[in-house]
Amino acid sequence: MTEKQFPREEYLASGHRGCAGCGAAIIVRQALKAAGKDTIVVNATGCLEVMTTPYPETAWRVPWIHVAFENAAAAASGVERAIKVLQRKRKKYANKKINVIAFGGDGGTADIGFQALSGAMERGHNMLYIMYDNEAYMNTGIQRSSSTPLLASTTTSPVGTVIKGEDRPKKDMAMIIAAHGVPYVATACLSYPEDFMNKVKKACEIEGPAFIHALQPCTTGWKYDPKYTVKIGRLAVETGVFPLYEIKNGEFKITYRPLKRKPLNEYVKLQKRYRHLTDKDIEMLQKYIDERCKLLGL
Amino acid sequence: MSKVKIITGTSAAAEAARLCDVDVISAYPITPQTTCVEKLAEFVANGELDAEFIKVESEHSAISACIGASATGARTFTATSSQGLALMHEVLFIASGMRLPIVMMNANRALSAPINIWNDQQDSISQRDTGWIQIYAADNQETLDSIIQAFKIAENEKVLLPVMVNLDGFILTHTVEPVELPDEEEVRDFVGIYEPKHAYLDPDRPITQGPVGVPSCYMESKYNVQNAMNNAEKVIMDVNEEFAKKFGRKYGNGLIETYNIENAETVLVAMGSVCGTIKEVIDDLKQEGKEYGLLRIRTYRPLPINHIREALKNTKNIAILDKDITFGMNKGAVYIDLAGFLKDKKTTNYIVGLGGRDIRQDDIKEIMKHAEKAEDGETKWMGLKEQ
Repeated sequence: MTEKQFPREEYLASGHRGCAGCGAAIIVRQALKAAGKDTIVVNATGCLEVMTTPYPETAWRVPWIHVAFENAAAAASGVERAIKVLQRKRKKYANKKINVIAFGGDGGTADIGFQALSGAMERGHNMLYIMYDNEAYMNTGIQRSSSTPLLASTTTSPVGTVIKGEDRPKKDMAMIIAAHGVPYVATACLSYPEDFMNKVKKACEIEGPAFIHALQPCTTGWKYDPKYTVKIGRLAVETGVFPLYEIKNGEFKITYRPLKRKPLNEYVKLQKRYRHLTDKDIEMLQKYIDERCKLLGL
Repeated sequence: MSKVKIITGTSAAAEAARLCDVDVISAYPITPQTTCVEKLAEFVANGELDAEFIKVESEHSAISACIGASATGARTFTATSSQGLALMHEVLFIASGMRLPIVMMNANRALSAPINIWNDQQDSISQRDTGWIQIYAADNQETLDSIIQAFKIAENEKVLLPVMVNLDGFILTHTVEPVELPDEEEVRDFVGIYEPKHAYLDPDRPITQGPVGVPSCYMESKYNVQNAMNNAEKVIMDVNEEFAKKFGRKYGNGLIETYNIENAETVLVAMGSVCGTIKEVIDDLKQEGKEYGLLRIRTYRPLPINHIREALKNTKNIAILDKDITFGMNKGAVYIDLAGFLKDKKTTNYIVGLGGRDIRQDDIKEIMKHAEKAEDGETKWMGLKEQ
């Protein structure tokens, strides 16, 4: 799918309550364009669920269900098997291929929903789980999660006089899910819609579980001007902070290779969550990122 | 054709789910529920039941997957016990709030600590406010019959609430009894096919399920659950009658069952398998010319207050047995639920059988004697060792 082939249909209606520049809305918009109409969405509790469904309003033009915070993957397991059995036994849901896509934030996926996700991936359900990763608990007011990157400031990893920001590195969800042996794992970023949408398409076409770790710049939590959502996502990829790759049936492939990686400073200087960083901090972070990129062959 | 099999309570529960032709089962093993899920796995593996069995990694996911499946329009069954039920706690509210007619077998077992796998009813009673209908079976036949009835009650459009069918751990789950298995076609005819008008996830008619309940609508959604509970009382009675007509067995009026209460000044109120022991004692004492009665609460939620009050209108001493304890009140939950509605009566409370402590016939006799002499409102822990 190239830019010119992007479907015109919109499955997430405008007028939802997302912040100006909300990356989660962009991720859903792109994912559903790629997946198409025959899609069921299962949503974990979080920003996305709250901003799109204050009763009696809904922004969803596809069937949508929310159960709780930590169980989107388990609820999606039930949806997927129900469709399978109802198609077989009761001739319901026609006989078409229906995509089951679960959306969870980093908290709902890497922390509290981790067990349910691991179970669903291991059981081989035909579903796609998209983690929209804004690197903290944004819905409750920017608390750190296991997906918060090193040194980022959040309300529970504040910049104090003794400890300055998050003291643990980011949990590597894509690789953890890859270790489950699922047929498709990818990283993606909303700033590269073609790359992301093709990954969603592949994930839907493949038989079995798929997982996409999508980086989602968050204007409120990362503290930047809303007009920079796409720019910051692009810089995350160009600097090597968030490499784009896929692992299809065990085969690893970098899907976007920056010609020359940009210095980390360009990425962090636009975000106030990093404004406390000293030159020494940036140097340390740069080294950390260089090492990780080297591991991936970037 | 119906047939009689000598089976455990958990097997009876699994047979009931098979007879009802469930579409999705999602469960996690826990003692003493395990033999139920093993049996169901066997049915699916042998093609005796055309269902999807989701072998989840926890009870939390078990009930969450049930919600996903039920919201897609599938007839859904799960089974658990004790810690497993406690782990489901937050999700139980969601099943009732989303009005999903999931049916669950719960093997009543004590809660930790100390860890204990034996019977009491603290687990399900602790879930009494989650919006689930709760039925307590007294034997294995009733377990099977209640699960069949449960689907019909849960899926009734005036109800649309999940149902938990409870049976005492080990006492029923691991004891074999002759159980009549009704004819498969007749059961399927009785429960019908589940065709929900409110719960589906169909791309051709997209709906949003489980949205944010803002303050302007939340109270109404909870009030509607209460209304459904009110409706359930009559539906449970009707289903009990209809079941009796078709299969020849009934359980009191579906809500309560009474035994010799018209002749007795003193009546014991209890739930579950202990009622069998109580009936034996009542029969024995009758021979000696002494009259005692039993009121068995079969449906604990909705709690049929009016039926209970009416049944006990001529009773002098009401002895309420609890296999649970509300700490800080020194009372069991059943007593607390009932005492306020029986203010003009003498009521006493007996904490019995916690963590599998045997309830012997002598204990029942002691309760009867105590209830006659005790002051109103007294609590007695039965079989407690001196400390």
